[in-house]
Amino acid sequence: MSSATLAPPTERTYRDFQRPWWKRVLLTREMAVLGALVVVIAYASATVRNFGAPITYTYLFLDIATILLIALPMTLIVITGEIDLSVASVVGLSSVLAGTLHQAGLPFALAALLAIVAGAVAGAVNGFLVTVVGLPSLAVTIGTLALFRGLAVGILGTTAITDFPESWRDLATSKIPGTPLPSVVILIVVLALVFAWLLHLTPFGRGIFAIGQSKEAAHFSGVRVERTKLILFVLSGAVAALAGIFYTLRYGSARGDNATGLELSVVAAVLLGGVSIFGGRGAIHGPIAGALLIGVMASALRLASVTSDVINVITGTLLILSVVTPSLLAWGQSRRARRRGRMKGEASAPADADPRTAPSS
Amino acid sequence: MRFSIDKARGGALAMVAAVALTVAGCSSDGSSEGSSGGSSTGSDGGGGGDANLAITFLPKNLGNAYFDTSDAGGEKAIMEFGGTYEEVGPAEAGPDAQVSYINTLTQQGVGGIVVSANDPAAICDALNEARDTGVKVVTFDSDTNPECRDLFINQATADGIAKVEVDMIAEQIGDEGQIAILSATANATNQNAWIEIMKTELADSHPNIELVDVVYGDDDDQTSFDKTAALLQTYPDLKGIISPTTVGISAAARYLSTSDYKGKVALTGLGTPNQMREYVEDGTVTEFALWNPADLGYLAAYAAKALVEGEITGAEGDSFEAGDLGSYDVGADGTVLLGDPYRFNADNIGDFDF
Repeated sequence: MSSATLAPPTERTYRDFQRPWWKRVLLTREMAVLGALVVVIAYASATVRNFGAPITYTYLFLDIATILLIALPMTLIVITGEIDLSVASVVGLSSVLAGTLHQAGLPFALAALLAIVAGAVAGAVNGFLVTVVGLPSLAVTIGTLALFRGLAVGILGTTAITDFPESWRDLATSKIPGTPLPSVVILIVVLALVFAWLLHLTPFGRGIFAIGQSKEAAHFSGVRVERTKLILFVLSGAVAALAGIFYTLRYGSARGDNATGLELSVVAAVLLGGVSIFGGRGAIHGPIAGALLIGVMASALRLASVTSDVINVITGTLLILSVVTPSLLAWGQSRRARRRGRMKGEASAPADADPRTAPSS
Repeated sequence: MRFSIDKARGGALAMVAAVALTVAGCSSDGSSEGSSGGSSTGSDGGGGGDANLAITFLPKNLGNAYFDTSDAGGEKAIMEFGGTYEEVGPAEAGPDAQVSYINTLTQQGVGGIVVSANDPAAICDALNEARDTGVKVVTFDSDTNPECRDLFINQATADGIAKVEVDMIAEQIGDEGQIAILSATANATNQNAWIEIMKTELADSHPNIELVDVVYGDDDDQTSFDKTAALLQTYPDLKGIISPTTVGISAAARYLSTSDYKGKVALTGLGTPNQMREYVEDGTVTEFALWNPADLGYLAAYAAKALVEGEITGAEGDSFEAGDLGSYDVGADGTVLLGDPYRFNADNIGDFDF
């Protein structure tokens, strides 16, 4: 069994590709989450009063837009086996910077651009510490989580900046004409397409999966591991800062404590969307479905007058289930494989060689 | 082939689990959905002419003893006038956390929202959207920008707070002798405003009381404790301490209760009953003040009712009845003042839990 701990739990083998394409597309964790999303929407529309109204979807997308945006680069980072917990602090920092610079007299567009550049720099700091210094990203980004939040609160103190140009504020909360969807959905779709292309259709994206499977193997196959990670952290910082601009405009308030704790919602959406926390596995539509599922459930439960504590308990349980289920299934499969091996009187070698024999604990 | 079958089963299992959870979450609350559904019929049946007295309290966060008390006061008022009470809110008091709840209430078509704002600006748009659909908005405890709500129920004015503290210390030390003030931070806006008014009040009405020092405990328990000790050593003739901050007064009370000064040096100020209970019971503190959050919630609920019924619009000079509390007038900027601060002492402290 000792070999099992070395092998990544979800290594793809040729056996995966023996199945017809539609099975490969449909029978995945991403599709399970999408299916759950459809079922929840259908159920809530039928039973929860007011849920079926179009305005629900306006509020829903406004509420989860920040999470959706940040989840895109986070998905790529988690697939490489790293994590970025500083994103919510970057949101706060970018909110404060955009507010302060705008208050100092800069046009809002320029202030926002500078805030996004600052976000990219913040991401580069994370990336530098992870790749060049070689520290684990969990430790680094917990540190920068506090650091960036400290800077944000330090710049503005307990005050808030609230005078933003009406035209920009309207842009953030306006709807796409003829639909209940807020305009920010366009931004989300564009970025989702960009990140989907980057992850699934480019050599860079194959490199991301390769790093998640095995850093050493990726390195020796010619993937530039450190550079890839650095780029991803910079992207993560920049997108988080962009989300911070949207957040600021949506609420019309730049504060140092904006979006505190948001990083956990983002990680929750990513993991719920079937991305393996150990790296090497995931697809961009999973976390999108994950974020939508969390948002739809919260929205439906609120409309049904369920208290926030219960909503948190349900979301948390769902998350744990989604993380635990693959391990449980893998354990079940390995047991079955071993039993079958014994019944046939064969050696148990094939079962042990099965890379899905993940450690069950 | 066995692989694909197992995987299919896995996906299905995850889905079933997820759905089961959600269904459980929704159906477990079938009863309360029924009640809220019943309450919003008022808004649907506009032809009936009945006012929609479904009033929802939205505190800064749930599980906060202060808001539990104020919302209980609101519930009492709503029961009295036959409306439907509900309380919703975020688990943590983030600046944006209340927005999704306000949106939900707008969708549910409640009659009134009574909210204590986590951020004066962040919830503004959401509140105005609610008001556009006919929901009346009352803020209490912590206001939003005035253009985002119909009324603000103000718990106390600076004058009222300063005056009650001076009155209490004057009563407790016999209107003469040295006193000191233990404040929060040196640049705390609220405290400094109160201290200025207290100085004027002392000079005008209590010439025999001498304010010897103002010290700052930085709203830190240990610092406040140390400053109290230093005050008592520096001024051996000190007869009383005013601490207009809840952190300061409890730290000072803790010092006094274990020192020789217990019962000899009077202590008063702003505090909460749960912090101060043991010091009132052991005689360290005779009386301290704060507003009564239950009354605050009670008044806010009646204000929402008056708005929903169209009795008032929130304009200056409007007047409405608030049950046991009597009649109230709307002041400038759509503000209603609860009244003088409430004095807590050994006789009434047992009635409060916040």
